[in-house]
Amino acid sequence: MGKDYILEIKGLVTSFNTESGRINAVEDITFKLKKGKSLGLVGESGCGKSVTALSILRLIPKPAGNINSGEVLFKNNDLLKINPDEMHKIRGSKIAMIFQEPMTALNPVHKIGKQITEMLDLHKPEMTKNEKNKKALDLLNKVGIPDPERRLNEYPHQLSGGIRQRVMIAMALSCDPEVLIADEPTTALDVTIQAQILDLIKVLQKENNMSIIFITHDLGVIAQMCEDVVVMYAGKIAEIAPVTELFKNPMHPYTKGLLESIPKLDNIPKTKLNTIKGVVPALNELPKGCRFQNRCPYVMDICKNDPPVFIVKNNHKASCFLLQGKFRNE
Amino acid sequence: MNSYLLEVKNLKKYFFIRGGVFWKEVGKVYAVDDVSFYVKEGETLGLVGESGCGKTTLGRVINYLYKPTYGVIKFTNIDLIKLKHNDLQNLRHNIQMIFQDPYESLNPRHTVEYILEEPFLIHKTFIKERKLKILDLLDKVGLPKNSLKRYPHEFSGGQRQRIGIARALALNPKLIICDEPVSALDVSIQSQIINLLLELQESLNLTYIFIAHDLSIVKHISDRVAVMYLGKIVELTDSKIIYSNPVHPYTKALISAIPIPDPSKKYNKIILKGEPPSSSNPPKGCRFHTRCPYVIDICKIKEPELIDINDNIEIEHLAACHRSQEIISGKI
Repeated sequence: MGKDYILEIKGLVTSFNTESGRINAVEDITFKLKKGKSLGLVGESGCGKSVTALSILRLIPKPAGNINSGEVLFKNNDLLKINPDEMHKIRGSKIAMIFQEPMTALNPVHKIGKQITEMLDLHKPEMTKNEKNKKALDLLNKVGIPDPERRLNEYPHQLSGGIRQRVMIAMALSCDPEVLIADEPTTALDVTIQAQILDLIKVLQKENNMSIIFITHDLGVIAQMCEDVVVMYAGKIAEIAPVTELFKNPMHPYTKGLLESIPKLDNIPKTKLNTIKGVVPALNELPKGCRFQNRCPYVMDICKNDPPVFIVKNNHKASCFLLQGKFRNE
Repeated sequence: MNSYLLEVKNLKKYFFIRGGVFWKEVGKVYAVDDVSFYVKEGETLGLVGESGCGKTTLGRVINYLYKPTYGVIKFTNIDLIKLKHNDLQNLRHNIQMIFQDPYESLNPRHTVEYILEEPFLIHKTFIKERKLKILDLLDKVGLPKNSLKRYPHEFSGGQRQRIGIARALALNPKLIICDEPVSALDVSIQSQIINLLLELQESLNLTYIFIAHDLSIVKHISDRVAVMYLGKIVELTDSKIIYSNPVHPYTKALISAIPIPDPSKKYNKIILKGEPPSSSNPPKGCRFHTRCPYVIDICKIKEPELIDINDNIEIEHLAACHRSQEIISGKI
C-alpha cells in the first residue's frame, strides 16, 4: 500500500445464510481510500454498499453473515486477522461510523451527554469525568448545535432530525478518528438541513484531516463531496473512477444509465427521461456472468461470462465486455 | 366565469392539541394556514417544501380525507364544503390519490384483483365489464396480466407503485394527487414511474397535484410550482421561472441546496441557519424571518401577502416577501 493511502480493501467477499441458501452480498470488492480524501460508494438499495462498510468494521451480524475472504488493510494492518480486543480499540476510535437513521441509531433511554461520553469511557479511560463532560460540550459546539449545555441533558426524542444527525457526527468524532464511514448520513433529512450537514462534514474533514467513505445513492451528493467514486451493482463493483472522470466519461452501461435517468435542472420539463429497464435482480437469482445483462441495452453473447476489469485510464477501471479490445485487462 | 378544475381559497386546516383532565384544547397546529391557488385542467401543479410544511395535509384536505377548518375548495366550480354527504360521494371519485409508500399503502391480505376492484365497490359503480376494465388498468400501467391473483409482497417497489397508480386510475378521475410517489424508490426506478405518469397524463388528459421534496423531479414534471413554508405558500409561478429566477429567499435557499450531479459545478449555496420552527407556534410576521438572510424590522411585525410581482401580465409570479422588489432589482 502506498504512502498516500490509509485504507485498502482487497477481494472482499461477504456472504449471508438465507432460506434459499448461502448468498454473497458482496463479491470481490477492491478499492483504496486516500489519506484526507473522500471516496463515494454509490448504488441502488441491495447493491452491497452498507455490507461493505459493515465488513470493514467487522460488524457483520453472526452467525448469519460471514466474511469469507479478502483483506481490509488499515495502515498495512489486516483488520480481518487481528483479534477481537484489538479490533475494539480501532472500531470507534480510529475508524468511526455515522449511521443512516439518526432516529434509530441513538439510544432513546439515555441522555445525549451520556451517549457521547460513553465513547470516551471506552476509548479514553484515562480521562476524568469532568474532562469527558467538557469534551462532550466541545464536540456539540464543534458540530454547531445551539445551546449545547441544555442539549447534553436532553433525550433523543426531544431533538429534531438535523440535530440528531449532528449528535451522531459528534459521537463519531469524539475520539478523533482517522477514517470516517458515513452511511447515507443525509438521506433522512430535508434539503436545507442536508446542505448544512454536508457543509459541516466538509469543514470537519479539513480540520482533522480525516479520510471519509461516503455511502449514498444520490449522485448529486457524490459530485459535491467526493474525489473518487466506486459504483456498485448487485454486490459487485461496476466502475471506479475519479469523480470528474466518472461524470464526464462514464464507461459502464449501468453508470451511464444511472447518470441519464436523473432529472436535471436544465432538462426541458415534461420530456421523457431515459430509464434503465427492469429491476435489480435478487441476489439469489443472479444471472450467470455479468450481473447487469438483463437490463443492459448493449447486451452481447459474451456477457454470459464474468466480465474482467479493464483499465480505462489511471485510476479509472470498469468491468464490462464493451471495453474489450479498447483497453487492457487488469 | 373561469374554467379552473380546482380552485382553493383561504383554505385552513388546524389540528387541535388536547390535553389535561378535561381533554381541553391546549394549542393548535397550523398545518395549512390560509392557502389559495388554482389548478387548470390538464396541467401539473408541483407542491414543494420541507417536512412539516403542510404539503401532505394540503393534499389530503383537497381530497377531503381531512375536513378543512375554514375555506373554499371548488372542484369544477362546485364548492365541496357545502355539499351534502351523498353529493360529495358522487363527486369524490373524480379526485384520487397516489401515496408515498408503496409498501404500506396496499393491503397485504388482498390480491391485486381485489385491490383494483375495491374502488368500484366503494363507489357502487357495478359496471358489467369490470373484469375487462381491471385488465385494461394493468395494461395501462405496464403490469403483466398474470398479476391479478398475486399479492402485493410478490412485487418490487416500482411495481407496487404501479398498482397504486392503477387503483387511482380505476374510476377515471380528473384530478390525481400524487403524494411523494417516487421518493421511496431507487433512482433507476424513479425515472420509469415519472415517465409512466407523464404518459398517462397525455393519453388520459389528467390533472396532477405533485407533492414532493425533490426539487429536480418536481421541476421535471410540473407546469407550475408552489413552494410552501410552515403552512403557507411563499412563492408560486411557472416552473421554469421559479428555478431560473426565484424571488423569495426561502425558494432561493431551497434551490441552491439541490445537490447537482456535476462535479465541475461551482456552488453558491445559501446555507440557512437553524431549523424550521414548529407549526404549532409559528413566528409572528413573516414566518421565514427567523432563518431569512435578508430580514429587516417589518418582517418581524407584518405578515407579507402573496402578491403578483411580475410586470408581465401573461405569466403570474406570486411571492410573499416584503423585500421582493429589492430582490428583483438586484439591490440585495
